[in-house]
Amino acid sequence: MSDEDYLHIAHVTKRFGAVTAVDDAELSIRRGEFFSLLGPSGCGKTTLLRMIAGFEYPSEGDIFVEGQKITDVPANLRPSNMVFQSYAIFPHLNVFDNIAYGLRKQRLTRTELGARVNDALAMIKLEGFGKRRGDELSGGQRQRVALARALVRRPKVLLLDEPLGALDKRLREAMQIELRQLQKSVGITFLLVTHDQEEALSISDRIAVMSGGVILQVASPRELYEAPNCREVADFIGEMNFFDGTVAGRDGEIATIDAPPLGRLSAVAAGTPGTKVLVALRPEKFTLSGAETPGAIKGTVTAAAYLGDRSHFNIAVAGRSEPVSVASQNAAKTDGHASGDIVFLSWAPDAVVVLAA
Amino acid sequence: MAGVELRLARFYRRSEGARGLVLLSPTMLIMLAAMAAPLALLALYSFWSQDGYALDTHFTLTQYETGIGRASYRELFYRSIEISALVTLITVLLAYPMAYFVAFKVDETKFAWLILLTIPFWTSYLLRVFAWKLILGYNGVINSGLMNLGLIRQPLEFLLYNPTAVVVTLAHAWAAFAILPIYVSLEKIDRSLLEAAADLGDGAVRRFLRITLPLSLPGVIGAAVLIFVPTTGDYVTPTLVGGSGGVMIANVIEEQFDKVGNWPLGAALALASMAAVGIATVLFVGAMRAAAARIK
Amino acid sequence: MAKKRGRGGLFLYAIFYLAFLYVPVLFLPLFSFNNSVFIAFPLSGFTTQWYAQMFADTAVQQALFNSLRVGAVAALVSTTLALPAAKALTRYRVPGGGAVLALTNLSLFIPEIVLGISLLILLNILTIPLSLWTVTLGHIVICIPFAITVLMSRMEGFDKSLEEASLDLGESGWMTFWRVTFPLVLPGVISSLLLSFMVSFDDFLIAYFLSGNDATLPIYIWGQLRFPYKLPTVLALGAMILVVSTVLVVVAELVRSYGLKDRKHKMVGA
Repeated sequence: MSDEDYLHIAHVTKRFGAVTAVDDAELSIRRGEFFSLLGPSGCGKTTLLRMIAGFEYPSEGDIFVEGQKITDVPANLRPSNMVFQSYAIFPHLNVFDNIAYGLRKQRLTRTELGARVNDALAMIKLEGFGKRRGDELSGGQRQRVALARALVRRPKVLLLDEPLGALDKRLREAMQIELRQLQKSVGITFLLVTHDQEEALSISDRIAVMSGGVILQVASPRELYEAPNCREVADFIGEMNFFDGTVAGRDGEIATIDAPPLGRLSAVAAGTPGTKVLVALRPEKFTLSGAETPGAIKGTVTAAAYLGDRSHFNIAVAGRSEPVSVASQNAAKTDGHASGDIVFLSWAPDAVVVLAA
Repeated sequence: MAGVELRLARFYRRSEGARGLVLLSPTMLIMLAAMAAPLALLALYSFWSQDGYALDTHFTLTQYETGIGRASYRELFYRSIEISALVTLITVLLAYPMAYFVAFKVDETKFAWLILLTIPFWTSYLLRVFAWKLILGYNGVINSGLMNLGLIRQPLEFLLYNPTAVVVTLAHAWAAFAILPIYVSLEKIDRSLLEAAADLGDGAVRRFLRITLPLSLPGVIGAAVLIFVPTTGDYVTPTLVGGSGGVMIANVIEEQFDKVGNWPLGAALALASMAAVGIATVLFVGAMRAAAARIK
Repeated sequence: MAKKRGRGGLFLYAIFYLAFLYVPVLFLPLFSFNNSVFIAFPLSGFTTQWYAQMFADTAVQQALFNSLRVGAVAALVSTTLALPAAKALTRYRVPGGGAVLALTNLSLFIPEIVLGISLLILLNILTIPLSLWTVTLGHIVICIPFAITVLMSRMEGFDKSLEEASLDLGESGWMTFWRVTFPLVLPGVISSLLLSFMVSFDDFLIAYFLSGNDATLPIYIWGQLRFPYKLPTVLALGAMILVVSTVLVVVAELVRSYGLKDRKHKMVGA
């Protein structure tokens, strides 16, 4: 029980005056999990993180770690440690002292302290940097020192506030992999806050998507991508095509939906006949062909972008003002459609996601 | 009891505002006790009157009637404001090119220039005014120097103990105050705006008039207010270099608290002069803002 | 090309402006070495007798001692009060914080004579006798805005998360202050102490109104201005004060900008 509920956020709400930053958040994070809070700026994810760290106090609700209520525990006594967005490396201390900072109260002997800090330096691959001053480090180095400084205290939960945002793309991608490997090797529960959905998808065990202070969906990356539970989540993660549809009839779980211009489809969906629904299809779920196939819909290419490994097309389809967004792998060298080409779109029935309108 | 303490402690910890107020309270207390309260008392005194050695605390407007009614006092108000306005104008006009120079025409030596300009700001005001007394005096530096060089036979008498001497001395003493606000606002101007303007065809003068000047106006206004307000109440300069012709309002106020002993009148004069200065400042800032809007 | 020419003209102006700022004041040291009681040209030869007289004068020594005491206390109290105030104003969302700041800055805009007479009235009503303590109180009122400005700009210059990081790593509020805030703010503290000291040391008007029988140095100088034969000694004193002030200002500014990322732009009063 306690492992499933290692970090538990129970009906936490935070208001700043008239603004509700976090609205009735409920989360159970597993021990040893790499969990991400994903959402656009201002969605409340950082506020939630800061409440777990102890820098903001919930207006309502409680927070538990390993079954213990920590809501009233001051920040410096919490079993969590945080990597700040700005890294917050103490400029007047060197790397060694930065990492050793939180160990002062433990009254370790000099040898013990030295061993712990040097292990940490090895873990972040900055051996020999001990004497370097805090303000003489590069962005990537600072990030790693911040990590080491937090991890050396062996917290129960590590909180990361957009730790990779300040790094350039290549470094960011390398750090994402390193972060994941690090987490696996130390086995500590990580809670990461980010607005970068690719980042969240690639490194997390589970993700909570937030918007406007509300947690919209909590699921694994695959589930979030393939089966979003609402338009906002579907829209936020990756690209999505939306079609308006109406339930025409049903047979048990399966509903028949009329969704022009796609036609009549069968999918698992709720709702009595007449209910309006939203049919969603990812761009890469479409198959593009020059030849007509049964069930395919006809369209004209209005824009084509060649991206090397794949191509992206906008297809104008009759009965729809917005073009359909289609992505296809450039598997064979001869694949390619140009602007103005007539093409036919088909898709697998189970690729369809039906959402509430 | 323990419950209340615990609740208070939790409130304190949770509320940023409460913690902040506690940190601010010592400063607030001192400023309230040593500045706000005295000023309030000053206002009270201005509505009272001096009856021999005793203080008559009946509410009355006689002090204001005297202060504003008597022509000689009114004359002093006008003169003080005139002098300050002139000083402000001169200082700001002279300081602007200097501030412009440091903001735009130097780079590596900027810190050195700023320090050089800051030092006079911090040296004793009394000494700086006194230096001018020495310079402008009958046997002073200018006179003896010019006589020594054979340029004049008799010492020039018009140099000292008149309003002009006050203006010159004040302008010099307050020069450093004008530089910093103007410099700061010039420094903040985004250089790429000027580059864009040049790219669009504006010459140097037009760029200055259309971009630099309007954007630096807040700094100019700030400098002007920073100089105008305190100089109207200056005591040292008119006393040392003003003579009977250069008396300013601060001199009569001081008299009330010194030789004359009519504190209520002094209070009323002080408040009246602050009001006058306040009105003049508001009018001035309003006029400058209107001018700025028209330039844009 | 155009820039070089423009620079030439303005550069000349800048040099003249600096000369205009400094030359009048430089007459003080100049004539303090002049072997004559008269402050006039031509110069009568070099002498240090005025300095000797000045150093020997017990009244000068006493006044100097008084000014130092008042200045030290005023600087310490102002800085000690301004430190938590600056922290509150830069770190916390305090209701009415803006109003408090406006109140403290008000003393910069009210003419000293008004501040002096109103404090005089207050002390009179409370029947508190005038002394160096009352002078110190008056000085604290005018020093606090400087102290707060210096400390606020120093605190705004460093990352708020540093203190949060310290808390997060297990240190209490008090230890966070000692291990993180104070070391980083220390240059600002030193600068605030120095500048507050100078404001107090140089102040004449408030001391004039609020002092009893003990004179501060500016009051002493004021009193000497009536005696023409005493002028050179006063000039010697003045010259010494100028030199010391200059050194203190330069030190204060260098200390204050130490460690700040953008030295060029961080000046007092800005």
